[in-house]
Amino acid sequence: MDLDTLDIARWQFAITTVYHFMFVPITIGLSAIVAGYETAWVRTRNPQWLRLTRFFGKLFLINFAIGVVTGIVQEFQFGMNWSDYSRFVGDVFGAPLAIEGLLAFFLESTFLGLWIFGWDRLPARLHAACMWLVHLGTLFSAYFILAANSFMQNPVGYRYDAETGRAEMTDFAAVMFNKVQLVTFPHTVLAAYMTGAAFVVGVAFWQLVRKARDEEDRSMYRSAVRSAAAVVLVAGVGVTISGDFQGKVMTEVQPMKMAAAEALYGTEQPADFSVFTVGSLDGSEERFAIKVPRLLSFLATGDLEGEVVGIDELREQYAEEYGSDPGAAYYSPGDYTPVIPLTYWTFRLMMGLGMAAAAIAVWILWATRAGRTPRGRWLMTAALALPFLPLLANSFGWIFTEMGRQPWAVFGLMTTQNAVSPSVSPTEALVSLVVLTLLYGVLAVIEVKLLLGYARHGADKVEDDDLPPERPDHDPDRPLAFAY
Amino acid sequence: MELTTVWFSLIAVLWIGYFVLEGFDFGVGMLLPVIGRTEDERRVLINTIGPVWDGNEVWLLVAGGATFAAFPEWYATLFSGFYLPLLLILVALIVRGLAFEYRHKRDDVAWRARWDLAIIVGSAVPAVLWGVAFGNILRGVPIDGDLEYAGGFFNLLNPYALLGGATTLLLFLTHGAVFISLKTSGRVREHARDLATRLGLGAAVVTVVFLGWTQLDTGTAASALAFAAAAVALVLGLLAVLAGRDGWSFVGTFLAIGLGVAGLFLALFPDVMPTSLAGGTGLTTTNAAATAYTLKIMTVVAVIFTPLVLAYQAWTYWVFRRRISVDHIPAPLPTPFAP
Repeated sequence: MDLDTLDIARWQFAITTVYHFMFVPITIGLSAIVAGYETAWVRTRNPQWLRLTRFFGKLFLINFAIGVVTGIVQEFQFGMNWSDYSRFVGDVFGAPLAIEGLLAFFLESTFLGLWIFGWDRLPARLHAACMWLVHLGTLFSAYFILAANSFMQNPVGYRYDAETGRAEMTDFAAVMFNKVQLVTFPHTVLAAYMTGAAFVVGVAFWQLVRKARDEEDRSMYRSAVRSAAAVVLVAGVGVTISGDFQGKVMTEVQPMKMAAAEALYGTEQPADFSVFTVGSLDGSEERFAIKVPRLLSFLATGDLEGEVVGIDELREQYAEEYGSDPGAAYYSPGDYTPVIPLTYWTFRLMMGLGMAAAAIAVWILWATRAGRTPRGRWLMTAALALPFLPLLANSFGWIFTEMGRQPWAVFGLMTTQNAVSPSVSPTEALVSLVVLTLLYGVLAVIEVKLLLGYARHGADKVEDDDLPPERPDHDPDRPLAFAY
Repeated sequence: MELTTVWFSLIAVLWIGYFVLEGFDFGVGMLLPVIGRTEDERRVLINTIGPVWDGNEVWLLVAGGATFAAFPEWYATLFSGFYLPLLLILVALIVRGLAFEYRHKRDDVAWRARWDLAIIVGSAVPAVLWGVAFGNILRGVPIDGDLEYAGGFFNLLNPYALLGGATTLLLFLTHGAVFISLKTSGRVREHARDLATRLGLGAAVVTVVFLGWTQLDTGTAASALAFAAAAVALVLGLLAVLAGRDGWSFVGTFLAIGLGVAGLFLALFPDVMPTSLAGGTGLTTTNAAATAYTLKIMTVVAVIFTPLVLAYQAWTYWVFRRRISVDHIPAPLPTPFAP
């Protein structure tokens, strides 16, 4: 197979970004949960909250470390592999990235350092506040990077300058409050809460059923399981609602993506939603399908009778509007269609896995009601699967939204083909792809082993001499409260 | 002052912040096997930078992001041009960052030895390569009429740039040794001070040659002044080491690196990436810049938030101001893995 820089750069972006986004949602969700536990500890002085803070804090840090270091690649690879993209949109896209660094990364890294090492250096309330500030940093980070991504989906607040040949920002507020951003931010952050909480449910449920030795342990893990399962459920409802809003905005600004989500070739009114289809590989011919009548109309337009424009009609519209050659290497000339089977299935997997996670959360809430400790094998299997469901749903969601935008890098303005670095040779790009993929693979093994080891170990008991001081301890001879 | 000049200066400030801060934690990382003879000594060293190294590294991310926003062409040419060295830096920063967090997660000698290696190599590689990269930026690299880098990997390995690499390496080693002597007590501190004098001597020689060469090639009156001040700061810093004044010696190496980098940016201005190619187009603060509108927005954001960031970062250093020694190192936390 003849690989060029474009193919390799696309694979690298896909691999590094999907990988990075395994750790990001856990960081967002778990930082809030750990901060919540510590706040409960400070308020009630009930040691179970301190134990949970330390236990999930440790797991949080193992996860956070990989998220941080793989984030550096994200910041660099726009310039490394996508230099023409960077030249073209830097005036608009660079600003949110720079602001993300200044507002979010400094906040996260500094206050996490204070949190890790500051148990005896800071008053208890201030120490808990540090984790809340870390969480605030993750939210800032999500906001600015999603604002940048929303510009790629729906460019606003810019003008095209023919002389410089680039997109130039004319309205910062429009970029920050892009209508795609306003629905994407809640959708993504709520999904992150779901992910972090699902992680807690999985770990704490296993501890509750398999390892808890006494009533104190059981009561602690039950609190963790039930509170986190409630978060999965509530956030899951929020993800659904925000996702519904997102669908309508998407239909408006990227109708091809909505048509591609259903593999809808011909325009229909009303349009059905297929849950499952067996058909030809490109999805143009259907052999068997399970359909929900009028659901697609509702998802796309909010009206059960609404018209959903199909791929064929959109393709002609796009060809007329954007000329005939968006990126001949990937798509036959004049074809503005993304890879339909990919968009079709990722869309369904995203929704299906997310709903399954919410359903398992309901099951667990029911099974653990009124102090029960359920022992069923199926429930344990479901609880252990739970942490993976939102993780995978997140990945499929991103693959859908990014692949559904193709052949564009910036919708209507720049194709992916024109975005790649002209000065990077296929050899260089391949070296980078192979090195990063191998490294990421090794790190995944190390990380998962550590997480499993510490998750199985469970929350340590706290002895009285092990409690963090309520006020800072300035004795110069006292050993460090925590040391690497 | 023009906005492009403001942003050139701000990016210089970000790089200065990055080098004066991460410079010492690179130094500490590289000195791990030299000063840290026992496990407890190594833990002392790692814990001097434990709470702060990640915040230090963010200066790099913000420098990168600010370059993207304020000078998109510079970001694009630089990052796609210096491709393989940047990949090496990325790998180094990844393994090094993980090492700090994962090293103590298993009570296992082989496990720790591997992460120690990641810290040592992961600190040394960027310490050298950042100097090489800045040497090449100043000297000029082949950039064609489309603002694309037209050289290869080996173009970047020229004597001047390699001397730049040696300079940052030795400066960061010295800076790290001085930082250790400021933050520790006991044998670790004695050892660090002893090393700081010897490393500092080497750093001073290489620095003077590199900065002198830069001054002769592309220097201006302003850069000469900064370079001279950097040299004076370094010498005074080293004298302070001899006098046993840890705080002043740290101020000395801090200012030497900061002023040295400031001088490099002054020597570069108004270019940002000159071309060595006849008929090529070099990048300047004008032809690489974002629009005045974007720069204005970014200026407002920077003016509001930079002081806040500086304040809380400074506060962190205050919170963790205490010197540590092997006596402060607690027993290793129990791990779920059998040794």
